Amino acid sequence: MKLESKIPSGPIEQKWDKARFEYKLVNPANKRKFNVIVVGTGLAGGSAAATLGELGYNVKCFCFQDSPRRAHSIAAQGGINAAKNYQNDGDSIYRLFYDTVKGGDFRAREANVYRLASISVNIIDQCVAQGVPFAREYGGLLSNRSFGGAQVSRTFYARGQTGQQLLLGAYQALERQIDAGRVKMFPRTEMLDLIVIDGKARGIVTRDLVTGAIQTHLADAVILGTGGYGNVYYLSTNAKGSNCTAIWRAHKRGAAFGNPCFTQIHPTCIPVSGDYQSKLTLMSESLRNDGRVWVPKVKGDTRPPRQIPEDERDYYLERKYPSFGNLVPRDVASRNSKAVCDEGRGVGPSGLAVYLDFTDAIKRMGEQTIRERYGNLFDMYQRITDENPYEVPMRIYPAIHYTMGGLWVDYNLMSTIPGLFVIGEANFSDHGANRLGASALMQGLSDGYFVIPYSLGNYLASEKLGKVEETAPEVKEALAGITGITNKLLSVRGRRTVDSFHRELGKIMWDECGMSRNAAGLTQAIDRLRALKDEYWQNVNVPGSAGELNQALEKAGRVADFFELGELMCIDALQREESCGGHFREEYQTPEGEAQRDDEKFSHVAAWEYAGAGRSPVLHKEPLNFEYVKPSQRSYK
Amino acid sequence: MKLTFHIWRQKDAKSPGQMVRYESDNFNEDMSMLEALDVLNEELMNRGELPVAFEHDCREGICGSCGFMINGVAHGPVPATTVCQLTLRHFQDGEELYLEPWRARAFPILKDLVVDRNAFDRVIQAGGYISVSTGSAPDGNAIPIRKENADRAMDYASCIACGACVAACPNASAALFTGAKISHLRQLPQGEPERHERALRMVAQVNAEMFGNCTNIGECAAVCPKEIPLEVIAQMNRDFLAASWAARKQPYQDPAEEKRWQQYDSAHR
Repeated sequence: MKLESKIPSGPIEQKWDKARFEYKLVNPANKRKFNVIVVGTGLAGGSAAATLGELGYNVKCFCFQDSPRRAHSIAAQGGINAAKNYQNDGDSIYRLFYDTVKGGDFRAREANVYRLASISVNIIDQCVAQGVPFAREYGGLLSNRSFGGAQVSRTFYARGQTGQQLLLGAYQALERQIDAGRVKMFPRTEMLDLIVIDGKARGIVTRDLVTGAIQTHLADAVILGTGGYGNVYYLSTNAKGSNCTAIWRAHKRGAAFGNPCFTQIHPTCIPVSGDYQSKLTLMSESLRNDGRVWVPKVKGDTRPPRQIPEDERDYYLERKYPSFGNLVPRDVASRNSKAVCDEGRGVGPSGLAVYLDFTDAIKRMGEQTIRERYGNLFDMYQRITDENPYEVPMRIYPAIHYTMGGLWVDYNLMSTIPGLFVIGEANFSDHGANRLGASALMQGLSDGYFVIPYSLGNYLASEKLGKVEETAPEVKEALAGITGITNKLLSVRGRRTVDSFHRELGKIMWDECGMSRNAAGLTQAIDRLRALKDEYWQNVNVPGSAGELNQALEKAGRVADFFELGELMCIDALQREESCGGHFREEYQTPEGEAQRDDEKFSHVAAWEYAGAGRSPVLHKEPLNFEYVKPSQRSYK
Repeated sequence: MKLTFHIWRQKDAKSPGQMVRYESDNFNEDMSMLEALDVLNEELMNRGELPVAFEHDCREGICGSCGFMINGVAHGPVPATTVCQLTLRHFQDGEELYLEPWRARAFPILKDLVVDRNAFDRVIQAGGYISVSTGSAPDGNAIPIRKENADRAMDYASCIACGACVAACPNASAALFTGAKISHLRQLPQGEPERHERALRMVAQVNAEMFGNCTNIGECAAVCPKEIPLEVIAQMNRDFLAASWAARKQPYQDPAEEKRWQQYDSAHR
């Protein structure tokens, strides 16, 4: 396997123009002759399918949900960044680029990040034109807010439902293409394998989640916009259905997996309340704009928060990071929460929580202003916890939220399998070791609306793609393989449910490959994961049959993949003997306890090649060069 | 905490269904209704029985996947709350709860509590969008929009398409859902050019999907987890009527629609 990043030459601000100029074009009359498969209908997949339909390609689009509008992008709350500089506060494309490279702790590709920053402005225009009801000022112009880790106000938002509104914009654009007959939609259909013929991605195997029918779909190119793999931890802010199956099975067909251990832990989630808990609920990071984070100064202080006097509180983020205060990036905020809880200063019944206090903000601006800004979030908090955050401080704790790792792609968003493109959270490309707030929506839409339509055309125009038939041996092999896995899962008839395995898997990952990691823990985790996986295939209980709507069977296939991906994450985390961004190795920290990078040895993307069942994966390295933003120790002090 | 559930079990679209009684005391009041079903399903599977199928995904009230009737009320007794965020502290220890799927002709049952809501997608396909292809947008600040209008558009756009409005309506009407999208887009200058065509086409599609007519009962708005106001229906009707007059067009009619109704009538006679 050879990693070719295909970054265009020339100054960074001209690379994307140059690439677009050099891309071969598909004649408009020929576009309808190409069949393209898009899997996933979130911001990346939905916007890609819609745009490719508009251009005239024949698109087949797949999602496991009952409607493309339910993809998990819908749950994003805070906002979307764009370097519009509408606020005249010194923002620019270069600054957004710089902040993103630095925020990613110098583990992202400069060229990709610059392209992302420059496209950001077009995204806002496109979404406004679609009717996305962004927040506005009284003058009728768009409103902005600042967001974690940024010192300018560049975040556009639609109350606390920005992801929902952007997704509905993309969904409506997609429905328009479905109506026009350019896109054929397959809801409740899950991709289970990738079909590779003559080394190129030529189709997928799917299961109809209502009838259970296993089918193949052939095409000239396959685009995966299937999201992240945070659910490997069982408890995360991801939707229950979010899974790694599409990317993992593509990985097993030859797509390299980039930086699997880079996961983001979001600092502001509602704490876990019991063993039955099925997911964690995020409270938007925007709350940190006005809320102050604190814990009691002394250990074991169980007084109610209002009875703890000001001078017995430790506003630890403000104390340790005076210039960024409560707005430090997510990885820093999360790690500090864990640290104070590990010291025994955590609050709430479990001791695994810190306070996020709005008392000062309410005093300064009035309850009405706070209600306007965060009303829906406060209501949600109260619904879940039965506590009123206008009166008592919120309790928050970090939770798994996003995975920066994903399938390795080149500058054109193509994986190591020609014809397989990967967009949005499913790829590894733009966020390095830590994603800044409000950048996920930006990346998903950038990839889908503005990058893939060009780079896909170039691939189709450059390659000689012969016709493939359903009778090809590769198609039959893939089909038989999936039928085999399905039958195997159903035939075990063991004694433990899929969820009980998933919980145990998640606990191992959270304890050993979560907010902080060390060599001993990771090594042990790998053994435990292997043993648990063996038990899974001997003792899992998947009731029902293959030919029906069977939610336990759907889960069983996904969890089987999570075991394998979890192991690769631990292997990757073990190999990366440095701390960077969300990857914190306890052995590698500064005297103050901050992440200690090792640029000499680890300024690269770790891209893993699948070597077959039971064999160790093969590591390939893509060196990262920083010509514009010189790597420095991140400091938010 | 102990609860007794009576849950609609139906193997697939074609099989007859029935209410089945389940009892467990492994619940606690911090659980959501869906977590209670998780707990129940674990018990069922450990006993060798088939779990209850129910739809869910984000479990934070925004994806619109979840929803069923609890004691005859869509999404249960707490206003502005989907079943995924409905905690058991709103119920009494020992209470009996009746869980049924959305019932509407346009939402066929697929299994247990899972229904097919693709009719909603087809309604959006019939013009529930602004026709702007990628790349052709002017600057985001080129068209100022009154804050009030933008805020109101946001109120209407917050619909999650869960289907509670249809399930709660005695006529199984989709007026609140359709009105919400029409009202969202008509608030904004970008939505103006297609306003008439949109109302004509979307309403025609609603009829073709065999949703019932709206008779202004208001159950829909009462159960809506996003509190979409009833006024969206008036706005939809206004656009529909205005479009019919202004365009001097007959309301758009789908020739397939008449046929479908005839088939339905003969099947149910």
